Amino acid sequence: MAAMNVRTQARLWYFQRVSAMVLALFVAVHIGIVVYAVRGGLSGAEILARTHGSIAFAFFYGVFVLACAVHVPIGLLRIAQEWLRWRGPSAVAAALAFAVLLAVMGLRAVYGVVA
Amino acid sequence: MDMLEVRVWRSAGEGGFISYRVPRHTSQTVLDVVTYIQRQLQPDLGYRYACRVGMCGSCAMTVNGKARWTCRTHVSKVAADGRLEVAPLANLPVIKDLVTDMSGFFDKWAQAKGSFTGTLTRHDDFARVPPASPRRQAVDAGIECIGCGVCYASCDVVAWRPDYLGPAALNRAWTLVNDERDTQGAERLRAVAGDAGCHSCHTQGSCTERCPKAIAPTAGIAGLKRMAAKAAMKGDL
Repeated sequence: MAAMNVRTQARLWYFQRVSAMVLALFVAVHIGIVVYAVRGGLSGAEILARTHGSIAFAFFYGVFVLACAVHVPIGLLRIAQEWLRWRGPSAVAAALAFAVLLAVMGLRAVYGVVA
Repeated sequence: MDMLEVRVWRSAGEGGFISYRVPRHTSQTVLDVVTYIQRQLQPDLGYRYACRVGMCGSCAMTVNGKARWTCRTHVSKVAADGRLEVAPLANLPVIKDLVTDMSGFFDKWAQAKGSFTGTLTRHDDFARVPPASPRRQAVDAGIECIGCGVCYASCDVVAWRPDYLGPAALNRAWTLVNDERDTQGAERLRAVAGDAGCHSCHTQGSCTERCPKAIAPTAGIAGLKRMAAKAAMKGDL
């Protein structure tokens, strides 16, 4: 992380903490929805019938995806640094690329079931 | 006579544990055991101690796998089956046998700006700090550190990330950022923030569990994290 200054490091810690708070709430709601929705079985068509055109669904899972895209790469960077001894700009670039991958794939999936 | 089986780390060559048999006494401390070995059985055994009463912080060693202050650790507490294993502190280079080089540990106190800088001189009146104020209470909670290195040797983050300042230096910084007379707050916060500082702590709490003075560096580090992150978000860091 030699490429990253102390202020950025401290901000990343803050972003990870805030995204963790968001995820704690969203994961609980998500699991609640899953348990509620699958009572008596669930088909792909039923899911799409519920999600199609739902602004609330798009907003909830859109925010969920973005929180993951912030939270997960920062944690992976930590693991890379501490367990694999992989540090420096290449590790940061890999974490950033993973963040973009998560955001793009996640938002694409949300778009796929809503649009 | 009751005897203890004591395995002691000797650093000669590749290094290894050597076994000694030491007479068991009541109220015997681990430091008493090591001293007996050095005086009666192994005169060239290297170890370090000074005060023998838990003030100086120089006799910490790894006892049956855990870092402890040996002068205040009773054998009866740690050697239930009559066996002791004594090794140097982890996370520090060994000079000889049970003696570690603690200069890296104390250099990190300096890096964390662990020295007080005030504005008053001897000609000024005393600063009046209300003992019940929250900041002074935070200082009180961490101020009794004796610099023994037990927390540093117990910290996994220090093992994973050798540039990490460690619990003792960060605890010291926490007591100073809460000292209302100190003038170096912003610089100190910059020195202790980020990946080599407080933000790398995983809050595992080994330091807090093992601290012989019952200090909670984990709590102080959490305070530094909040304070430094707040400053970073405001652009003050």
